[in-house]
Amino acid sequence: MAVSQTPRSPLLELKDLRMHFPIRKGAFRHVVGHVKAVDGVSLRVEDGETLGIVGESGCGKSTLARTVLRIYQPTSGEIRYRDRSGGTVDLAALSGPALDEIHRDLRMVFQDPQSSLNPRLPVIDIIGEVLSVNGIVKGRELEHRVADLMLSVGLRPEYMRRYPHAFSGGERQRIGIARALASNPRLVIADEAVSALDVSVQAQTINLLQDLQEQFGLTYLFVAHDLSVVRHISDNIAVMYVGRVVEKAPTELIFSRPLHPYTEALLSAVPIADPRLRRHGTRIRLAGEVADPAHPPPGCPFHPRCRYATELCRQELPVLRTITADGHAAACHHAESLSLNPFADRTVPEFN
Amino acid sequence: MLQIPMNTDPDFAMAGGRLAERDLLIEVDDLRTHFFGGAGSIRAVDGVSFSIPRGKTVCVVGESGSGKSITGRSILNQVPRGGRIVSGAIRYRPDPAAPAIDLASLDPRGRDMRAIRGAQIGLISQEPMAALSPVHTIGNQMMEVIRLHLKMGKKEAREHAIETLALVGIPRPAERMDSYAFQFSGGMRQRVCIALALACRPKLLIADEPTTALDVTTQANILDLLGSLQAEFGLSVLFVTHDLGVVAEIADEVVVMYVGRVVEAGDVDTIFHAPAHPYTKALLQSVPRMHGQPTERLAIIEGMVPSRFARPQGCSFHPRCKQARAGLCDQRDPQSVGIGDGHVVSCLLYEGGQ
Repeated sequence: MAVSQTPRSPLLELKDLRMHFPIRKGAFRHVVGHVKAVDGVSLRVEDGETLGIVGESGCGKSTLARTVLRIYQPTSGEIRYRDRSGGTVDLAALSGPALDEIHRDLRMVFQDPQSSLNPRLPVIDIIGEVLSVNGIVKGRELEHRVADLMLSVGLRPEYMRRYPHAFSGGERQRIGIARALASNPRLVIADEAVSALDVSVQAQTINLLQDLQEQFGLTYLFVAHDLSVVRHISDNIAVMYVGRVVEKAPTELIFSRPLHPYTEALLSAVPIADPRLRRHGTRIRLAGEVADPAHPPPGCPFHPRCRYATELCRQELPVLRTITADGHAAACHHAESLSLNPFADRTVPEFN
Repeated sequence: MLQIPMNTDPDFAMAGGRLAERDLLIEVDDLRTHFFGGAGSIRAVDGVSFSIPRGKTVCVVGESGSGKSITGRSILNQVPRGGRIVSGAIRYRPDPAAPAIDLASLDPRGRDMRAIRGAQIGLISQEPMAALSPVHTIGNQMMEVIRLHLKMGKKEAREHAIETLALVGIPRPAERMDSYAFQFSGGMRQRVCIALALACRPKLLIADEPTTALDVTTQANILDLLGSLQAEFGLSVLFVTHDLGVVAEIADEVVVMYVGRVVEAGDVDTIFHAPAHPYTKALLQSVPRMHGQPTERLAIIEGMVPSRFARPQGCSFHPRCKQARAGLCDQRDPQSVGIGDGHVVSCLLYEGGQ
């Protein structure tokens, strides 16, 4: 679905966002270094789009999601959000009641439906908490609203007095989604929201998320490590590596024409449900470990594992820059000259 | 509909639908592992039969609650608390010439079972951090297993441990012997677990979702490692997973489970390209495709896996099955029938005369 071109600013715009966690040591808790979990991320999220954020564990994708929600106080940078009145606010500078206000618009769905729901609260309180706390609705009206929400995520409203343990994993995730929707949000941040679910339940949940997006005009920031899921749901994808965005493009371009060697390696590692592909093509195996975000290597953080690395990569940090006119950006010195293997190389024609 | 030649001879289905005799390391025959508790009994594994050929990889696929992990644990005769193997046989044939040992009939805590478990049958589990002791060095844990099973002296055991760590690709193994589990990254930790499982050079490795908690790049490396170790030792692997991509990548044979039963089994190409059971078909369709148009809607299986306490009558899959026929699928228990070489399906659509 093409997002109509409007002159107004994007719904969310991150500008050089950094989230560094101090490492403290010794009796006086001296700061001896920083874990640079998010290190200079700039992204735009337009109304109604789904931006997928992928990367390996430790790449900072969850920290990025949490920083946008202001669970953390960012070290520097801006989180520019266009509020309902059309004005732009910097969430990084907000606090107190102003931030609470924003938290109704920005909601989160968590990975683990087991630990993200309070086991001592019945579903009506879990879903309705944001409404009663903010004094939006009370009593009978609250019950109606929760019933509506449960219906819209495919749960039976009769079960609203039950506790989370009485639901299956997929149903619990639906409760989490209903909770996120309770305050009529505009942006939903889904952090690995379907990773813990079974294949058949995962498909149901993905379809549900897409239906809800259409129904309520939601914008998604979809953080996940599963590339097939991200490909299915996202309009655009940002690939992260050690706190930075290394490539960003419309979904199809990431798969058909990767411009960063890390993306190429990531695509090549994805297992595909087709045994014939085993005997096909070559796999890129990444040696070594993800760089330590407390001590990232000099130059390009990916250079120790990159098979195309040159002297330049060892010395100079590449910045994310637009490479082609169709909005394909990559942070690689050699993005123009490399011809990387697209994902399509590994697929065979469909047959039935 | 495609007409598939059918052989409903019960002996044929029993033999895994195979005409030729195969060299089987493990034959699971009508295994039932039930759990007993206050709320009634759970039939976690309810009449499961399949076999593991020597040197091959068999993948057990299923959603949570399908009994796939408990099947793996039953082969180790190490069923979690509250459960036990109620009936059935697990014929283990370490030596093709010698008679088979029935693991199900051995005392889980007895000397015989303990001599096999950990030595001849190894286990790697999903969460390597939970599988390793946080307060003992890797070297200590490795040497404990080796000295217990291989009756080696300290020095010899240490050398053997270092050799095994090197085998699974731990850099500087001699130094890492003195490290603790938390000093390793996730992928390295899983390698340590593999080293522990392989320390006594087992014949069978039971891998219960070993790559689920890992990143794709790490997962690819671990799968490569398992493949090369298998080629080197002629290891048989029982790989329990829910990830069909991983199955397509490593399996020789696939066993699809649903609520404690095998619904379909066959070689990997058959399962992926000519699946017979409606559940297998639906499961394959519900995975987001990596090729084709990405915006199409995912096919889903309606409803959810039934509660373990209230298994539907007849075929367990019938409430979610698009091809279910009233008065038949909700009444009769399907039997497994062989519909091709090594291809077994448990569905009334394939039972003769319907």
